[in-house]
Amino acid sequence: MPPAIMAEGLVKKYGHVTALDGMDLSVPEGTVFGLLGPNGAGKTTAVRILTTLLKPDAGRATVAGFDVVGDARRLRSHIGASGQYAAVDDHLTGAENLEMVGRLYHLGTKQSKERARELLERFDLVEAGSRPVQGYSGGMRRRLDLAGALVANPPVLFLDEPTTGLDPRARVGLWDVISELVAGGTTLLLTTQYMEEADRLADEIAVVDHGRVIARGTADELKDQVGGDRIELTVTNEADLETIRRALAPLAVGDTQTDATALQVTVPVAHGAASLTDALGMLAAERVTVRDVGLRRPTLDDVFLTLTGHEATARENATNAKEHSR
Amino acid sequence: MNALQTAIADGVTITRRNALKIKRAPDQLGGAVILPIVFVLLFAYVFGSMIEMPGVSYREYMVPGVFVVAIVSGAQITGYTLTLDLRKGIFDRFRTLPMAPSAVLIGQTLCDVLMNLTSIVVMALVGLLVGWRIHTTPYEAVMGFLLLLFFSYAFSWVTATVALALRTPEVFNNVATVVSMPLMFLSNVFVDSSRLPGPLKAVAEWNPVSTIVQAARTLFGNTSPALPVSDAWPLRHAVEVSLLWSALILAVFVPLATRLYKKAVSR
Repeated sequence: MPPAIMAEGLVKKYGHVTALDGMDLSVPEGTVFGLLGPNGAGKTTAVRILTTLLKPDAGRATVAGFDVVGDARRLRSHIGASGQYAAVDDHLTGAENLEMVGRLYHLGTKQSKERARELLERFDLVEAGSRPVQGYSGGMRRRLDLAGALVANPPVLFLDEPTTGLDPRARVGLWDVISELVAGGTTLLLTTQYMEEADRLADEIAVVDHGRVIARGTADELKDQVGGDRIELTVTNEADLETIRRALAPLAVGDTQTDATALQVTVPVAHGAASLTDALGMLAAERVTVRDVGLRRPTLDDVFLTLTGHEATARENATNAKEHSR
Repeated sequence: MNALQTAIADGVTITRRNALKIKRAPDQLGGAVILPIVFVLLFAYVFGSMIEMPGVSYREYMVPGVFVVAIVSGAQITGYTLTLDLRKGIFDRFRTLPMAPSAVLIGQTLCDVLMNLTSIVVMALVGLLVGWRIHTTPYEAVMGFLLLLFFSYAFSWVTATVALALRTPEVFNNVATVVSMPLMFLSNVFVDSSRLPGPLKAVAEWNPVSTIVQAARTLFGNTSPALPVSDAWPLRHAVEVSLLWSALILAVFVPLATRLYKKAVSR
């Protein structure tokens, strides 16, 4: 079966800033694909090209078998897209927003209304459906926007940072909705800055930096590459940092990071809580006073540090340049 | 559905969306209605008591001019609304839908014609109250109103083009004010252009706004044989030239705005 989404060597430049630098993607039908990367990595540009909003400077891409440039109009009947900023009309009610989208997919008046009602029910917006969107919370707007992307039951769905800016509860709520959705066999490409989100939702993840894919694999494969969980220790004496690094070397499965300003040591370990117990035993033997200790999952920063050798700081220049050109 | 049916259906959907927006947030409609009332009253009572027109009362002379002023400022709503929508993500959503790309602009401009119609009706009523009268046949009067609406529709496409080129509401507002002020005042809206000094006279007589105003005055019968007749070609054939102006504006700015719309959302 041909992939639902295929991209080869996509290039997009904004002036002298290269947003996409030869990106390749291949997403099998019925799977969830996560594009993981910091701000300015090129995730949104990739999605905008795949959803026909932008033309690439070089390379080619197909979605659901249609070329994103040559077949754009027909392609649009087969995709749903929801962007970083909820694309809903403030003055219209939730129901009116969805009905409008249905009409623009040419579903007909009756079916548009019916579909709007179904989606409001599914996204827990029945009560809010008759109110103007103006009074919605951030989470409700995102749910409505997502519902808008689903109006035509598209086989391929694009979600660009669907939970950015949401509070943790709304985020988890949206994750549940998305998981339920893809269980029905929809192909989904989502972009995110959160490792946890990609982990939770995506079958396969591509890590993006400077407009190219620098690593891809399942969440577990990537986490193995970055060394699993992190033990984070905070001390009171700077001198202890080096002691700890040496003492815990046998547990470390990657580079141990020390931060003299924060008085922090971060050790990548393989066995989570078991490693933490071992570490505390070893430190007791060294008689080091530890002020705070914790175990955490690898973050995007860890993935980046490991894969690129630089931190996942937003590429401010790239982002700004894009903003200016808008 | 073929391409034309799609374009019409989508245009209707977007018009309905814009109409709902006006219903929910009537501040723009309020502006489009109140400003002309203020204009009619202000010019009727402030200037009307100072300016003498040979053979016709200044109030009657001025009201068709105020119609055009209201249309020119009303058309700016098209541009302003587009810049606001550009700022949100809604055009991105539209662009990922299998809809006709022309629908957004057609829906917006059509809706603004409805708004302009409302403001013309209100102005006409207020005009009648302060002494404006139609002296021609009902046919000519209807032609007069249709001509005003046609020009307002065409002018909406000009502001749409400017808005899509400038893209930010603040910049658009500034440019619109700077451009529309001379367009309105360097004309025969408030004064008899034939009595202006040399170069100003030439500009005012060839200003499309003057042509429309002259056409409206002719069709409503708000002129007088006692008024000096301008020998400028557009003013001697005001009705025909007005239609020509409107058609010409549409021919240039519809494709231009559509192109800019596609470009503005493809970023």
